[in-house]
Amino acid sequence: MSTIASTMADYRHQLRNNRLGLWLFFISEAFLFGGLFVSRFYLWGNTRPELDQTLGLTITSILLLSSFFMNRAEMAIAHDDRRTFLNSLLITAALGILFLIGVVGFEWRGHIRPWDGAFGAVLFGMTGMHALHVLSGVIFILIVWNNGRKGHYSSERHWGVEACAIYWHYVDVIWVFFYPALYLMGTVVR
Amino acid sequence: MRILLSLGLVRGLIAQAAGTAFGMALTMAIRVLLGLPAWNAEPVMVAGALVGVISFLVGVGAFTDWFKWVKGEETPMRHGPPEGRPAWTRYLSVDYSHKVIGVQYVVTGIALMLVAGLLAWIFRTELTQPGLQFLDAPTFNTMISAHGIVMIAAILLGVSGMMNYLVPLMIGASDMAFPRLNALGYWVNVPGAILVVAAMFVGGWNTGWTGYPPLSVQSPLGTPLFLLGVYFVGLSSILGAINIIVTILRMRTPGMTLFRMPIFVWASLAASIIQLTGTQLIGLSFLMVVVERVLGMGFFNPNLSPEAIALGSPPGNVLLFQHLFWFYSHPAVYIFVLPGLGIISELLPVFARKPLFGYRWVALSSMAIALVGFLVWAHHMFTAGMDPGLRVPMMYSTLLVAVPTGVKFFSWVATVWQGKLSFPTPMLFVLGAISVFLLGGLSGPPNGTVTTDLFLHDTYWIVGHFHATMFGGFVFPFFAAIYYWFPKVTGRKYNETLGKLHFWLMTPAFWVQTLAQMDVGLKGMRRRIVDYDPALGIETGHLLITIAGFVIGLSILVMLYNLVRSARTGEVAEANPWRSRSPEWQIPSPVPEHSYARPFVVVGDPYDYGLPGSTYIQFAPSGASE
Repeated sequence: MSTIASTMADYRHQLRNNRLGLWLFFISEAFLFGGLFVSRFYLWGNTRPELDQTLGLTITSILLLSSFFMNRAEMAIAHDDRRTFLNSLLITAALGILFLIGVVGFEWRGHIRPWDGAFGAVLFGMTGMHALHVLSGVIFILIVWNNGRKGHYSSERHWGVEACAIYWHYVDVIWVFFYPALYLMGTVVR
Repeated sequence: MRILLSLGLVRGLIAQAAGTAFGMALTMAIRVLLGLPAWNAEPVMVAGALVGVISFLVGVGAFTDWFKWVKGEETPMRHGPPEGRPAWTRYLSVDYSHKVIGVQYVVTGIALMLVAGLLAWIFRTELTQPGLQFLDAPTFNTMISAHGIVMIAAILLGVSGMMNYLVPLMIGASDMAFPRLNALGYWVNVPGAILVVAAMFVGGWNTGWTGYPPLSVQSPLGTPLFLLGVYFVGLSSILGAINIIVTILRMRTPGMTLFRMPIFVWASLAASIIQLTGTQLIGLSFLMVVVERVLGMGFFNPNLSPEAIALGSPPGNVLLFQHLFWFYSHPAVYIFVLPGLGIISELLPVFARKPLFGYRWVALSSMAIALVGFLVWAHHMFTAGMDPGLRVPMMYSTLLVAVPTGVKFFSWVATVWQGKLSFPTPMLFVLGAISVFLLGGLSGPPNGTVTTDLFLHDTYWIVGHFHATMFGGFVFPFFAAIYYWFPKVTGRKYNETLGKLHFWLMTPAFWVQTLAQMDVGLKGMRRRIVDYDPALGIETGHLLITIAGFVIGLSILVMLYNLVRSARTGEVAEANPWRSRSPEWQIPSPVPEHSYARPFVVVGDPYDYGLPGSTYIQFAPSGASE
């Protein structure tokens, strides 16, 4: 085997290890989010607090939209389209930051405070843990963007982009479960 | 001095001290800006502890390569001892070799075991007589709590150490799948353990190792440090589990199908599945207590403020904690014992010179224990006031665990049956493990059965049962493994006489201790109480427990003396002193930096001892590795 071919084989071997490792991490994280999810039903039962529905729908849409741009970025680097790749990453990060502003800047400043019984605890616990993951995802995207700007990824070698994209989608999917649990299910208590 | 400052551990400790101070100062500054009084011990210390742990990891160098990746730099893997420094320094710095990390885990685990054991010596002395001798109740409570959780951390470290050292060697992998993650997984334990130990000195905590609210929400200042310390030890479990699972699933040598893997590898896989998933829930439950303490988030508080009542909010519920906590903490005992039981199955055929009986059943029984283990958690809550409808299903699932465990026992008995037995120290510890674990196993069903548990709950019976399972399932096999692989790790023989002395001191003493614990428990002695009524007639029992505890501790000191002295001046060991078939014994001792100079293929079954003409592995002809 030539050196380049053997390096590529090593890379592909490590790539498959990395993918499995990342998915195992997701399984692990699913238990963390699952624990919060179960706590919501254990404590709230069939009730929920009154929350700003417009805000909830808006931030959810923003996050879902960001996943589209994340996917676009990954597709672009797979076809060596560097411009679209970098632009899409920035759009994704911007949408992620908008989501964070929506949660931290508006949702958290509503009429419910963290110390207001189980409503406050679960609402802030779930959105807080999720927001922490969104924040880490935004940082991850910016790191990938910075490295992409320096030309570190190619259509053949872009594990960093792939990991970042899957992570972002994963955090997005968590919200798909959290949003109805917080905003839609159960009877509003006034 | 220059060498001292170049050690990762020293740098990490300095960074943790500085980081903690910085985190505390920062929090106080933010509090002033928010118009709050600068000093509020709870949030300031929690923030300081968090910043301190992260600073430790940065200081020790666990993140160095990742920081380079962030900047887009390549980080080639470095092998071998550090250049220009003595070889021992690699054990006190970040090193990516799984063999170094395995030794780091085991040594740290034993060190923590000594800390926790010392605490046990102190509070056992106090319990020798009824009444208060020299400890007051808060100190006693802190000590028993710390004994429990530090031992659990020590066991987790010991488990990870064995898995790290042995799994890649047994499956013929060059190293773990993610060496950097592996190093981080080890090092995050150190600041975590420091937090737990530090918690004893800032007020302690009186909740026992379980940290149940509402007590843990009101208990002294040590509580959040203890909770956070455990959180980081748990993080290590998760990172380690990812590594072990990927290594086992993806890096086996050709020919090693799942059913040709050594039993210890099966056990590691099963234990890692629990670590990967369950650990998140103890982390979550402890985190919830921390935020309830620091921010007043009422997950567990049954009382509502007027504002919360105005919102119509439901109250918090302490049972939520117990459900989340035990969802990990019961399966956690299988994390502790599965690798230990794997060691028993691994070593018995070697010393009986016979195939392991029912290999496939033993392999699958580990998986079965791991999976059933997830369905039994609420048997810890029979008296807690949970939905009575949960009791009976949880009782049945609990008793179901006895089935795969029984498979293991029958396999061991059948393996020993008509074997050509020899009794060096590792074999003695294996047999001791079986005897003690049998006691632990048989004392289990009374706790799992609702009717009897209502009386046994929270008594010393439980203490006796738990210690028997931990000693039989982890401590004895762990010591067997240490003696067995000592020549492989150090290249030298341990002292057989001292090894046997260790065994013959520890085993009878342990039997006395655990039976006496069960006895005083049945007579009415409660757990976690500093004082007891002499009218119960349990003074002799307590005296026996204390004496036995001291003998166990002394025997472990004998082992440490033996190991340290033998590692320095012991006789040089032959390559394969146990005539093992396992691949790690077919290469020189100590294991070379790149374990296998020639790759090997698996051509037979692992435990066909005594069968003429059977082969397990074949090394490729030299020069074939390229």
